[in-house]
Amino acid sequence: MVFYTFRRFVNYLILSAIATCLAYVVASLALDPAAKYYGRNPQPSAHVIESILNGLGVNPDVPVLVRLWNWIVTLVTQGSLGETVGGRSVVAEIVTRSGVSLQLLLLGSILGAILGVVLGVWGAVRQYSLSDQVVTYGSYLVFATPTFVIGVLLMIGATVLNSVVGRQLITFTGSYSAGLTGSWWDLLVDRGVHLLLPTIALVLTGAASYSRYQRSVMLDVLASDYIRTARSKGRSRNSALVRHGVRVALIPMSTFFAYSFGTLVSGSIMLEIVFSFHGMGEFTLQAITQSDINAVAGSTLFLAVLVLFSSTLSEILYAALDPRVRN
Amino acid sequence: MTDLVTDLSAAGRAPRRSPLLRVRNLSVTFPQRSGPPVNAVRGISYDVHEGEFLGIVGESGSGKSVSSLALMGLLPSSAQISGSIDFDGHKLLDMNDRQLSGLRGRDISMIFQDPLSALTPVYTVGDQIAEALLLHDAALTKQAARSRAVELLKVVGIPAPERRAKAFPHEFSGGMRQRAMIAMSIANDPKLIVADEPTTALDVTIQAQILEVLEKAKELTGAAVVLITHDLGVVAGHADRIAVMYAGKLVENGSTADVFSEPHMPYSIGLLRSVPNMQTAGTQRLVPLEGRPPSLTALPPGCPFAARCPIAVDVCREVEPLLASHGTFVSGMTVPVAVVGEEDTTSAHLSACHRSTEIASGALTRADIFPRPEPLDVQHPARPEDRTPVLTVTNLKRHFPLTNGGLFSRRIGTVRAVDGVSFSIQPGQTLGLVGESGCGKSTTILEILEMTAPQAGQILIDGTDIARASRAERLRLRKDVQIVFQDPMAAIDPRLPIGEVIGEPLTVHGVGRADRRARVQELLDLVGLDPQMADRYPHEFSGGQRQRIGIARALATNPRLVVLDEPVSALDVSIQAGVINLLEDLKEQLGLSYLFVAHDLAIVRQIADTVAVMYLGRIVEYGPVAEVFAHPRHPYTQALISAAPIPDPEIERSRTRVLLEGDLPSPTEEITGCNFRTRCPLYRLLDPAAQSLCATIDPPLVAHDGVDAACHHVDRNQIIDSALAFTP
Repeated sequence: MVFYTFRRFVNYLILSAIATCLAYVVASLALDPAAKYYGRNPQPSAHVIESILNGLGVNPDVPVLVRLWNWIVTLVTQGSLGETVGGRSVVAEIVTRSGVSLQLLLLGSILGAILGVVLGVWGAVRQYSLSDQVVTYGSYLVFATPTFVIGVLLMIGATVLNSVVGRQLITFTGSYSAGLTGSWWDLLVDRGVHLLLPTIALVLTGAASYSRYQRSVMLDVLASDYIRTARSKGRSRNSALVRHGVRVALIPMSTFFAYSFGTLVSGSIMLEIVFSFHGMGEFTLQAITQSDINAVAGSTLFLAVLVLFSSTLSEILYAALDPRVRN
Repeated sequence: MTDLVTDLSAAGRAPRRSPLLRVRNLSVTFPQRSGPPVNAVRGISYDVHEGEFLGIVGESGSGKSVSSLALMGLLPSSAQISGSIDFDGHKLLDMNDRQLSGLRGRDISMIFQDPLSALTPVYTVGDQIAEALLLHDAALTKQAARSRAVELLKVVGIPAPERRAKAFPHEFSGGMRQRAMIAMSIANDPKLIVADEPTTALDVTIQAQILEVLEKAKELTGAAVVLITHDLGVVAGHADRIAVMYAGKLVENGSTADVFSEPHMPYSIGLLRSVPNMQTAGTQRLVPLEGRPPSLTALPPGCPFAARCPIAVDVCREVEPLLASHGTFVSGMTVPVAVVGEEDTTSAHLSACHRSTEIASGALTRADIFPRPEPLDVQHPARPEDRTPVLTVTNLKRHFPLTNGGLFSRRIGTVRAVDGVSFSIQPGQTLGLVGESGCGKSTTILEILEMTAPQAGQILIDGTDIARASRAERLRLRKDVQIVFQDPMAAIDPRLPIGEVIGEPLTVHGVGRADRRARVQELLDLVGLDPQMADRYPHEFSGGQRQRIGIARALATNPRLVVLDEPVSALDVSIQAGVINLLEDLKEQLGLSYLFVAHDLAIVRQIADTVAVMYLGRIVEYGPVAEVFAHPRHPYTQALISAAPIPDPEIERSRTRVLLEGDLPSPTEEITGCNFRTRCPLYRLLDPAAQSLCATIDPPLVAHDGVDAACHHVDRNQIIDSALAFTP
């Protein structure tokens, strides 16, 4: 079991490395880092531009594979991902920004998964009931709505709420109120309030897909003989559904968790921008708009590592939940 | 006429105790989203006394499982239930799920049909048994529950229970899982165990083991048992009373001896007469029970069996008969003397038929109602003595490599699915191939039908070696060998009219449209279906009719050999006899040869001339069917025959069984010497010198008075007598 998980981890590691290298190559070919310097007034001399590009390691005259090799060597030997066009270290940027993103992502994905599982089980157990129908149509509605629209709608809702209450109950710009002083508790509450809306948006999108999937898995499980066996032993209906039904229905969900994580990340990028969070989403978007190859490669690596961890986690979950794969 | 109520128990029987279970007028209806509701159970009443063993017999759709799920309170919430069920002072239908949960598993427990899906895959077997204990005893510690679970596993005969308790269900075989289910069901010393087709999914040898364990469980707990089954043989040896269900109604209820020896209801009579009996099989034709049960959504008025009943009169089609006693035993009265009401039903023999009185009095005999068909009188074409066999298989082998799946898969073993099998089939003869599932029967027939060079050995069809046959020759040979599959529902394309299904083999052999059409009409007529039906679709036909379609398709190319792969095992009991008779008739009429693969020994004895018994890829006994069944030489054959239940309570109770231990070993296992010795009942009785012979030398098939057997110790085999305790 440990060996199996380790083997899968190594697989994912290799995949992440390939993904990052590919991202570096694609970014290098697609982006033109020199363009923004030509647009400047006064235009820097060609010599100056070339030395800037050389300094960043993104000079298009150097073959892309050579640049990739240099980037890898720097990464391995110095632990550096190069510099952004703004002259800051990419690693430093990732370190400061990832905290903001991870808060949102972890909270959103965990709560989304829990809510999705609960709604899915509920819908399956009460198939075709009013509550099931409401959840079903609700989740289709969320599916059909882009994440940033949900974010904007939530902001509008919060604004209305604030004006009804008459004071700033929910603040939703940035990840904390700048210049706020007070006890650690006040600061924590402040962060929590700022996280509220984007987290809700992320939980909604996550729960929408989890609940559909969980519902269909649970429906299969509901019809299985072992639920009947558990009840014939003296478990009440609900207790048999939870102890024997949900427990088994969670097994395929652990794989789904890994698959859907990617979607969740892209959703959270949009939300960071909508809610002005200075996180990895904003960083990635800026990197692309500024043709910043190092930053694009760095953020891709970050995402790949996230996916690596979530996939490994889901493997571990799978093996923990299902004794049939353990040997 | 039927409202004449007399209290039977007043007629001087033992003092009446109130029954443990009293079901009165139980009805279960499933409303459908569209269309009329399904009347699955329609007003049934029966009693079960403490310690009694009741067998409920019925075909699929008769309502036998639904009625027992109703008493467990385990029907889906959409079911509409009426009537009353009194169990040990509780009114079960008035209790809610929580109250019922207190009873379930403690006072009533249930064993389900499919042991493969009845256990939760993610918990260990020990934990699942312990769960049953912990749910009903708050004071019990987890530790104590676990050790009790181990004890229970030991009781039901699981080897190494301490270790096995920690195993997950997927690490158990089907038989072991069913044992675990029994362990679970007796964990809390229940008063009533409901077993719903507990052995249907199992091999006959494992079935015998499980029934034995069930009997032991009953003895240990003193519980009453309700055994639901479609197999009359299974209840014959175990049940005290038998209730026969048909179309949601109880149509006969009486002591096992009464129901088997003097059934009063034509359906029971037909059922009993249609079942092939291993003792008499092969000597007489089976009695077919034509037609099929009515649809439960649109029941006709009157008796539901009237359409199939040979003695139905007008009143049968108008008024549904009530379950009543028609016995002549109450002061010689020949009128119905009791209708089931509030009184005790325990010792009465009840039946639901307008003409039961005539049947009970002997005015209508069972042979009058369902006469045995006359043997077909066909002029046999003169059979020259020196004919080539239709099929000769010599030393056929098929091994599958076993790899440890993965990127760099290594070969970690070999599955010897077929390991040196030889047999031959003469024209006009039937070879029965029997053995437990996993013994290599299917692989053997697939090898023959594949018509390519086998891995090892030789297959001759009509004297032609298929390894050397040219393409054209092979096409011709394919015409000569056809197959009928086990499941007629799955083997026919549901989107083709049956005429095309049947005619399809002819297209391959280039037969024109008009000729095909004519041939299809001819074939439909041949298998007893209306030729006008050629344009209908498969879903319009019943299981038995579909199997006839499958047979017609197999016959389309005028084959010489038909491979019958369990052709009746997916059919209801009452339908089987008709199909078997058809197969026998066709064989006579067309001079066909059959390779008949089956696990039901009675049917094999009925239809086969020669029998080959397979075990782990080998044939262990091979000879004329009468001789093999009368004097089986190999201990495995003896065990198989003695495990097969016989639908006759007297024989069933008096015969001694040779029980095999454990399950079929994995075909990857390397067993030195005789591969049967790990389960052999004879091996255990032998002295060490004789045992070492079995352990070292693989016994070859050797002729013993006309029967080949692969056993070193045929001469000193004394189990034979006990295995044959039932032969007249």
